[in-house]
Amino acid sequence: MLAKRIIPCLDVRDGKVVKGVNFEGIKEVGDPVECAYEYNLQGADEIVFYDITASHEGRGVMLDVVRETAKKVFVPLTVGGGIKTVDDIRETLRAGADKVSVNSQAVQNPQLIKDGADIFGSQCICVGVDAKAIGDKKWTVFINGGRIDMKIDLIDWVKKCEQLGAGEICLNSIDTDGVRGGFDIDMLKAVVDAVKIPVIASGGAGKLSDFADAFIKTDCSAALAASLFHFKELTVGQVKDDCRSKGIIVR
Amino acid sequence: MIAIIDYGAGNIFSVKNALDYLGFENKLTDKKEDLEKADALILPGVGAFPWAMNMLKVSGLIDTIKEQAKLKPFLGICLGMQLLFEKSYEFEECKGLSLIGGYVDKITDPGLVIPHMGWNKLEFNHNCKLFDGLGEDEYVYFVHSYKAFVDDKNLYAYSTYGSKVPAVVSDGDFVYGCQFHPEKSGKTGLKILENFADLSR
Repeated sequence: MLAKRIIPCLDVRDGKVVKGVNFEGIKEVGDPVECAYEYNLQGADEIVFYDITASHEGRGVMLDVVRETAKKVFVPLTVGGGIKTVDDIRETLRAGADKVSVNSQAVQNPQLIKDGADIFGSQCICVGVDAKAIGDKKWTVFINGGRIDMKIDLIDWVKKCEQLGAGEICLNSIDTDGVRGGFDIDMLKAVVDAVKIPVIASGGAGKLSDFADAFIKTDCSAALAASLFHFKELTVGQVKDDCRSKGIIVR
Repeated sequence: MIAIIDYGAGNIFSVKNALDYLGFENKLTDKKEDLEKADALILPGVGAFPWAMNMLKVSGLIDTIKEQAKLKPFLGICLGMQLLFEKSYEFEECKGLSLIGGYVDKITDPGLVIPHMGWNKLEFNHNCKLFDGLGEDEYVYFVHSYKAFVDDKNLYAYSTYGSKVPAVVSDGDFVYGCQFHPEKSGKTGLKILENFADLSR
C-alpha cells in the first residue's frame, strides 16, 4: 500500500523562506536549505519550494537553494513558482529537483503541461491549482497568487490537466489558505473524484487532526502545509503519529 | 571508485549527491575505461525503455556493461533496473541487457493510480546484502508505470500495489536492481546504497 504523504512547503523569496497570510503580509522566517534539512529529519515525505521571487536573479538564487538542498536531503524535491517554459523545467530538474509545479503559467499556456510531460515524463509535472468557491460546489481557477479570477471551472481545468499529462495536482483552496480551519474538504473531494492522478491537499491546515481528516474524508494522496511547520507548532512526526493512530498508512 | 553510467538519462546528479554524502568516491562517466577500472557500477535512468536502450547503444557501452556486470557489483536504478531484463513492452517490444531473466510490462491492475508514485513498504522475499541493517518497517520511494515480471528466485523484495511490484531484484551474483529510487528514499535508501557500495570494498 502506498503511504499517504505529508509535505512541508517552503515559500522562498530571494533565497529566504517567507510566510504570508492569504497571500499577503509577507515576513521572512529562515534559510531554506536548513529548513528543508530539518523537515527531512522530521520525516517529511517530500519537500516543496515555492519560489515567489519575480525577478530573473531570484530564479538563479532558487536554483542554488535546490542544488544545495539536493546535496543533503534525500527525499523528493519539488520546485514551483515562476516556471514558464520547457527550459525553465529543464534547468530546475538539472539543479536537483525531482518535480516542478506549474501554476499560473499552465493556466495561461496549457501546452506547457503537455510539453513538460512529453519531454520529462508525467511524474515530474505537478500542476498547482489555486481555486475559490463561487457558489455551492462550484469553484473557479485563479492565477497570480490568487489575485486574478480566470473564470475557468475548477473541475474542467483539473480534467484538462490530467489529459495533458500532468502527473499530480496540488490543490490549494484560496478560501481556506491561511485561515487554519482545516483543508477544503468539499473542493478536495470534488477534484479527487474528477481525476485519477494523485491530488495533494493544500491550504488551511491549522491543527493536528486536519491532516488525518483530509485522508479520512477524501482519497487525496498527500497533504501539504507551510506555516504550521514553519512556526514549529507541529512537526511532521506529530502529524504522522496522529495519522498512524487513526489507521492511516504513513511512512 | 563507483562509476555512475552517464548515457544521457535523467537525474543522475541525485545518485552522485547520495554517494558523495555517504563518502564513496564516484564518477559520472560515459567512458569504457572508467567502467573497466571502477570497483562497482551504477546504471541510473528515468524515461522510456526504448529511448534509454537506444541511448545506451549510441554510447557504445552495451558490451562493456554486460561484460563488467559479471565481474563487479552492478546496480540498476528505476529504469536502469528495468534495462537489466530481457525485454520490455513499453511502447514497443524492445530488447534489454538480459542480465536477469524476465521482462518489463505495464502495471495493469484495475483501479490503480498510474504512475505508482510515492512511498511504499518493502516486503522482503530473500535475504540480500543490500538489506543489512534494515528493519521490518521500511518504506522507499517509487515513481514508475511499468514493472518487472521475474522469477521468484530473482525477486529479493517487493512492494504491494494492486499486486506484487518487484522492488529489489538480483541475479544472485553481482547484478542488483532497485525499482525505487534509493537516492530519494531517505535513510532507508541511503542504507541500501551504502550496503551496495560496501560490496565493492
